[in-house]
Amino acid sequence: MAQTVKMTIPLISAKAIQKTYTTGQHHVRVLRGAGISANEGEFVSVIGQSGSGKSTMLHVLGLLDSPDVGEVLYEGKRIDNLNETARDLLRNRVFGFIFQFYHLLPELSLIENVMAPLMIRHSLWNYWKQRREIRQQALEILEKVGLGHRIKHRPSQLSGGELQRGAIARALITKPRILLADEPTGNLDAETGLEIMALLEKLNVTNQLTIVMVTHDEAIATQAHRIVRLKEGRIENAVINKAMIATAM
Amino acid sequence: MYKLLLCFRYLRTRYIALASIISVMLGVATMIVVNSVLAGFTNEMRDRIHGFLADVVIESRSKDGIRDSKAQLRQVRDAVGEYVEAATCTVEMPGVTSIDINGETYTTPVTIVGIVPWEKAKVGPLVDCLASHNPTTENGEVLPALRSPDESPGWELTSEAAEWRRLIKEEQEAVLRNEGLLDPSAPIGTVPPGVDVSAAGEPEIPEPPIFDEPETSVSDVETPFDPVDPFSMYESAGSGIRKEPHEARVYIGEGLVSYQVRDPETGKLEKVTMVRPGEDVTITTVKAGRPEPVSFEATICDIFRSGMSEYDSQLVLMNLEQLQQNRGMLVRDPETGEIAEDKITSIQVRLKDYANAEVVVEKLKAVFPPGLVTVRTWESKQGLLLSAVEMETAILNVLLFLIITVAGFGILAIFFMIVVEKTRDIGILKSLGASSRGVMSIFLSYGLGLGMVGSVAGVCIGLVFVRYINQIEEALSWLTGRRVFDRDIYYFSSIPTHVSPMMVFCVAMGAVGIAVLASVLPARRASRLHPVRALRFD
Repeated sequence: MAQTVKMTIPLISAKAIQKTYTTGQHHVRVLRGAGISANEGEFVSVIGQSGSGKSTMLHVLGLLDSPDVGEVLYEGKRIDNLNETARDLLRNRVFGFIFQFYHLLPELSLIENVMAPLMIRHSLWNYWKQRREIRQQALEILEKVGLGHRIKHRPSQLSGGELQRGAIARALITKPRILLADEPTGNLDAETGLEIMALLEKLNVTNQLTIVMVTHDEAIATQAHRIVRLKEGRIENAVINKAMIATAM
Repeated sequence: MYKLLLCFRYLRTRYIALASIISVMLGVATMIVVNSVLAGFTNEMRDRIHGFLADVVIESRSKDGIRDSKAQLRQVRDAVGEYVEAATCTVEMPGVTSIDINGETYTTPVTIVGIVPWEKAKVGPLVDCLASHNPTTENGEVLPALRSPDESPGWELTSEAAEWRRLIKEEQEAVLRNEGLLDPSAPIGTVPPGVDVSAAGEPEIPEPPIFDEPETSVSDVETPFDPVDPFSMYESAGSGIRKEPHEARVYIGEGLVSYQVRDPETGKLEKVTMVRPGEDVTITTVKAGRPEPVSFEATICDIFRSGMSEYDSQLVLMNLEQLQQNRGMLVRDPETGEIAEDKITSIQVRLKDYANAEVVVEKLKAVFPPGLVTVRTWESKQGLLLSAVEMETAILNVLLFLIITVAGFGILAIFFMIVVEKTRDIGILKSLGASSRGVMSIFLSYGLGLGMVGSVAGVCIGLVFVRYINQIEEALSWLTGRRVFDRDIYYFSSIPTHVSPMMVFCVAMGAVGIAVLASVLPARRASRLHPVRALRFD
């Protein structure tokens, strides 16, 4: 199936971002004017060495952190200066997050973890009214990621690959427009890492999901349409991965 | 929804929170048990004070009393008759009782109260306080009542008391005969003049003199009394063994005629009775008018046991007319011998409804001249004692509430630990779109849940403990081998308790409030965590 990558207005973009972390009297300039953008349906990977600022860039894009200088735009509108409630709302409805260490809540079962974003979205009464639909939705997504048989298991009872697939299911339940993945294969063996990448690729192709993925693994990064290389808080280069676009076509 | 779910899961999985729940639970249970027992004791005490005092008490300011009891009662009925259930006149006077045992004289200061028992019984539960009308627990044994509780109280001796008097008098006679102090041929009931028999038993004192005229002093009549040597009376009066009970009869406070000693071997408290109903006691008081001492013998016809140690170790209830006569408070018609005029020191009034007490007091105050009498409710008469009890309860409550406050600090510390432990989870929740308020409410509802679980458990344990307090006491006594709650000391057949639903509610709500308050600071800290820093937290 042919895929169209819209090149006009980026779905999400960060412009001239500067970010400094202060620990005591020690200041670390993590981002020094870096910018990044992703169009709808695009799979962008951000690559760089440890400390290059790639995770910070992802956090700024996903409104988990605010830039000191620069701006973040969603559909051309600035979102980094929104109040906390609006940012919470965007995080819940527009972004989906996947982390290197999966970050599933240990007290909840797998299906409860997957349903958590919708629990956050709905009031108690609304959730109670829609509980069956929400559960059904979670079950379908878990089936899709191959975890239909593990729904009642706690995170401590799952393997690394299963945890990451569970985290992906949790990110997908809100039907986000942008998936932000921070080293999604960083804690997995090569084979499981490839399985996860195949899943992400499938989501990107079939669901038109925009993915911004941070990785330090060159091989993994080449799965994306575009590779942005960060070095010392600046964009070193951005390469369009023609091979992948061709594969997608 | 996620707040409730996480809060519930934290409650279930964080075993450290169990420590907070237990501390809240213990605090609540302790407060409920202590308050219930204290309220039970207070109610009993109030009942006992109230029972003896009647609802409203009119007292003369002078111990000489006020004239004409019938007219005074009429005045009370005219003024507040519609509120009054019953009223009775009494004479209250400080005095001294002397009991001779094995040649030793035990003298105790007392309050002598002259009463008409069948009238006094109408203004308060007098019968409940008389030993012969109630079963008695003595050294662990329950002895049946000698008289029916429905029987009107009077001054007659029970057959047991009369028999005891006969036995003791015969024994005294036998001792005198053996020692050759009594002529074996002499008829029973006589002793040679000049023989002091007080060492062998009781001194024979002639009938109390009739003091119709207040001006008449004791020495003018039968018993010569020398203020310089008070014992001269016994010597000069001559001695004899009087088998008939005296005209003056008393209900004597239990604390005046018995005491308790702990058996060194068993550790149990045992009651030692010095004199029993049927025996005589010497009473000394002061005459009305001129403060001259007056001494007379009275026969104990019952033991007064109210359960209030203040009363039981101080009160001697006596027949009103005899007390009035001995104190020179009666004026008799010289021709008929009928009472022409009398004096009393107080009127006790029982109301149909105690809610009207203040109205009655105000109306009576308007009728009686304030210089002559005081009119008070029983509560204001015993205000000091009651306020002391209230103060005690308040202080105890403050101290006990500190236990729950300590539990609150425990919750604070444990919550800070849990927030640190859950830092990454807080970051995850924020990345999923949870608001700071949402995160805060997780920990607040966690505190609320913890307080509620602790309070509910505490209320249940407290109520069960109060319900089975006597069985628990028995079990503890059996385990330790010592009586935890000695019935002989408190005169209670069981530990009195009173559970006030309002008290239980306030204690439970106080505990929940403290638990929520203790979780505010950790919850605020959790809500202010930066999501990225929280996610990176190790």
